[in-house]
Amino acid sequence: MDGSLVAFTSIAYLCTLFAIAYFGDKRAEQGRSLTQNPYIYTLSIAVFCTSWTFYGSVGLAARSGLDFLPIYIGPTLVFVLWSVVWVKIVRICKVNRITSIADFISSRYGKSSRLGGLVALVAVIGTTPYISLQLKSIATSFEIITNYSGADGDQNPVFGALGLDSTFLIALTLAIFSILFGTRHIDASEHHEGIVTAIAFESIVKLFAFLAVGLFVTFGVYNGFTDLFQKAEQMDLQRLFTVNPEGGYATWVSMIILSMLAIICLPRQFYITAVENTDENHLRTAVWLFPTYLLVLNIFVLPIAISGRMAFAQGGVDVDMFVLTVPIFYGQTGLALLAFIGGLSAATSMVIVAAIALSTMVCNNIVVPVLVNWRWVDLEKRGDLTGLLLLTRRASIIGILILGYGYFRIASGSYSLVTIGLVSFTAAAQFAPAILGGMFWKGASLKGAMTGLALGILVWSYTLLMPSFAQSGWLPISFIDYGPFGLTLLKPYALFGMTGFDTISHALFWSMFANLGAYIVVSLLTSQTTIERIQGTMFVDVFLYTEGLKDSRFLQGSASIGDLRDLVGRFVGEDRATQAFETFASEQGVTVRPSQVADTAWLDRAEKMLAGAVGSATARVMIGSVVKGGIVSLDEMYKILDETSQAIQYSRMLETKSRELEETTFKLQSANERLKELDSLKDDFLNTISHELRTPLTSIRAFSEILSETPDISEEETSRFLMVIRKESERLTRLIDQILDLAKMESGQMDWSLANVDSRPIIEQAVAGMSGLMQERKVKLKVDLPAGMPMIKADHDQLVQVLINLLSNAVKFCRHSGGYVRVSAKVKGGKLWVSVSDNGDGIPDNKKAEVFVKFHQFNQGNDRMPRGTGLGLAICREIITFLGGHIWVEDNDTGPGACFTFTVPLSRVDGYLRTADEPVTNTEVVAI
Amino acid sequence: MTYSVLVVEDEPNIVLSLQFIMKRSGHEVRIAGDGEAALDAMAAKTPDVVLLDIMLPKRDGLSVCEAIRANPDWSAVKILVLSAKSRESDKEKALSLGADDYITKPYSTREVCERVNAMLGIEGCPQPSEASQPS
Repeated sequence: MDGSLVAFTSIAYLCTLFAIAYFGDKRAEQGRSLTQNPYIYTLSIAVFCTSWTFYGSVGLAARSGLDFLPIYIGPTLVFVLWSVVWVKIVRICKVNRITSIADFISSRYGKSSRLGGLVALVAVIGTTPYISLQLKSIATSFEIITNYSGADGDQNPVFGALGLDSTFLIALTLAIFSILFGTRHIDASEHHEGIVTAIAFESIVKLFAFLAVGLFVTFGVYNGFTDLFQKAEQMDLQRLFTVNPEGGYATWVSMIILSMLAIICLPRQFYITAVENTDENHLRTAVWLFPTYLLVLNIFVLPIAISGRMAFAQGGVDVDMFVLTVPIFYGQTGLALLAFIGGLSAATSMVIVAAIALSTMVCNNIVVPVLVNWRWVDLEKRGDLTGLLLLTRRASIIGILILGYGYFRIASGSYSLVTIGLVSFTAAAQFAPAILGGMFWKGASLKGAMTGLALGILVWSYTLLMPSFAQSGWLPISFIDYGPFGLTLLKPYALFGMTGFDTISHALFWSMFANLGAYIVVSLLTSQTTIERIQGTMFVDVFLYTEGLKDSRFLQGSASIGDLRDLVGRFVGEDRATQAFETFASEQGVTVRPSQVADTAWLDRAEKMLAGAVGSATARVMIGSVVKGGIVSLDEMYKILDETSQAIQYSRMLETKSRELEETTFKLQSANERLKELDSLKDDFLNTISHELRTPLTSIRAFSEILSETPDISEEETSRFLMVIRKESERLTRLIDQILDLAKMESGQMDWSLANVDSRPIIEQAVAGMSGLMQERKVKLKVDLPAGMPMIKADHDQLVQVLINLLSNAVKFCRHSGGYVRVSAKVKGGKLWVSVSDNGDGIPDNKKAEVFVKFHQFNQGNDRMPRGTGLGLAICREIITFLGGHIWVEDNDTGPGACFTFTVPLSRVDGYLRTADEPVTNTEVVAI
Repeated sequence: MTYSVLVVEDEPNIVLSLQFIMKRSGHEVRIAGDGEAALDAMAAKTPDVVLLDIMLPKRDGLSVCEAIRANPDWSAVKILVLSAKSRESDKEKALSLGADDYITKPYSTREVCERVNAMLGIEGCPQPSEASQPS
């Protein structure tokens, strides 16, 4: 056939495509979008069927029969049995305004630009063989149709005349078309209605062409399927339409799994199914229509393959091109041209969609982050970046197609179409753990996804990409046969000695093993950042957050009052929300329907209610998301995080405060208890004082009455009773004085006059004061003072009082006849020790501490002395303690009796310890 | 007839005054300085009246009161508690333990005299002097 005719037809076809796309865009601009149609959507998904399907399936069927089927069983299974995955992906994409698979993955793992870049890079590398496959098919088919024999190797006369490589020209043409189609707009989150429409049209063309060839073969050449298969059996070709029983099942299973992952993870499938989806409900149609499309397309694969085998029984013809060569063989040039256009449509649809999807990723996930991070472009200053972005995308498309061409030149010669496609599938499958895991496992972390993807693609490169270079001679072939540097354990097709699998299954196993393993293990071992956790929750629980908000409204952006009420209700409780909304409605004097569109007053009210529950930034974002259908931008997210962390900080503060409060409460409680104790002590004290005061008063009153009421009382009795009255009055006075002294000392209101004083005169003064009483009682006194008595720091009068108290006790309790009291002193450990001992009965051990307690009277039934007040020793202890010493009682070491000892610190003047022997010039200084 | 009064008190001057008042009323007076001595004296000879202090050495007055009431031989003995403990609760406690009456110190000598005589069924108190009459 004339090459120029074919070229013209091809160009005409592409122009038609462009016209359709243009028409589609126009319709969308007018608001009558063609893509609001589930059938067009489903047909666009059929971009899955590329020239690999169109030519390669027949080729595979001609070589090994039914092995072409798993590639279509996988996608069928996903759509029929697992459509919820697609629903979830589509929902997530809409809510988050996701524009590509790289965007999806990076968004899920905390909006990491590094992960996004990695995904984009892997997508480009993985897709390159696939694009080269399309280029190869177009080039080959073009050569065959213009050169009837279909023999390999001849340069096409048209291109040859121009001295150009036809494949390169095709790549260039496709690049230009992709640019024309895909980069007219810049906002990638808006839908490309024109392209989707064109792709759907291409799906019809390729199906129509393929069916035409199939029908011609089955019913034009043969008399239906039965005739065809009977003739094939006669030619011994039945092996092609029966399942190969030898070890084929493992391959089938791995191929099914691979194609299941590919239908989700191929960048172009993800793009067309999720990003270009305009309505979730369209998926319901796709669920049955897309598998049906695959089924119809596959009906004639085997008939065409068999008829090709029968027509070219002698061989020598590329089996991958049977779709084209069989019509030519039977002289149907028109049909052959149709088949060529069908193949062209299959190839171009894939290349255009892949190029657009990849260029978006390269631009958004590699180029822009690099430009921004390295500050090559000051984004703040340059207001309009549209031109720059468009240029980047266009350059990326050209670059991607050049890469595809390069791979074609280097490697694709040695592979069949199907194998090249599977290499691409395996690369795309590396995204599966990150995508599927990220949608169902909140714990999956950025590091896990990064590590898994990187390891997976490394293994893929090693087991599939590098061997393809080796087979093409770009690497030594020994790399495949003996492993790198002769390490047979590392043979790329038999890694770690694993044999018995085909190369694709082998690569799939090892790459998935590394990818999935690292993904899970690293995710479990690393912790997530806050934004990762938030994004993880938003992805996994996407239905939870978006259910009830009708999808289209959610996107298009007018919120109803019902929506607002539901939103507020989720945070403040449904009843409260309903009640508040009713109140607000009655305040405004209106009745409202839930479906009514909310005006600004309603929005303000809802935002304020939400702000009370979740903080103002969050509330603004939430209301915004309902109203505008907008997504939470990174900035807003940071605001949320900021507010959240402030809230956390605040709650920590509250916790601390409440803990402090608890402590204070506890202190208060114990203080209160202590106060109660003190109160009851005071009560006891007052009772005791009352008792002590009443006792002398009793005698005074009784004898006063006796004296006044008894006229005939003797003179002797009168004077005796008067003496009692006098003594008891003195006792009463003493008691009151001591109580007051003790109260002053205990409350710290005592006027002390502290000074450096000489200890000897103090003792001598006290002894002199008591000597009269002792003589009267015939008590013998001995005073033992060392030669050098020290200076002490004390209150002179109070210390005399202490000694008098001790001496009077000693006189009172010493032996009745032959009483003996001894006063001694010594200096020890920087203190003056003074002891007063008697020869009385002593004090039992269990009373030795009690005697210093107020009002404790150690009664020995001795009536020789007036009763004590029970305060003397308590006062002594107060004084000595104040002076910084101690007082205690022990048994007399020389015989029976008690020995009271107290200590007083020596005075320090100018840092020296002075004694009375040394001249001290200034004895009255240092008063505190 | 002469009644026997046991004074249980550790304050010598109070003992002196009570002794004088009781003798003046014509009663026979015995003295015990602490709780145990009081019970010994009871055992030696049962008195008609016990004048009992509460704050006593060795054994306090309440315990003595209980011990007296625990012995049926002493059921006829009248107990008059004389105490410096002035709280109402102290009085109630003593009465609940079997005391017949309770007077708070400092007391009027005439009151003590009258209460003792009232317990013994004697009218009034002997020889109230002119000086003590309210003028």
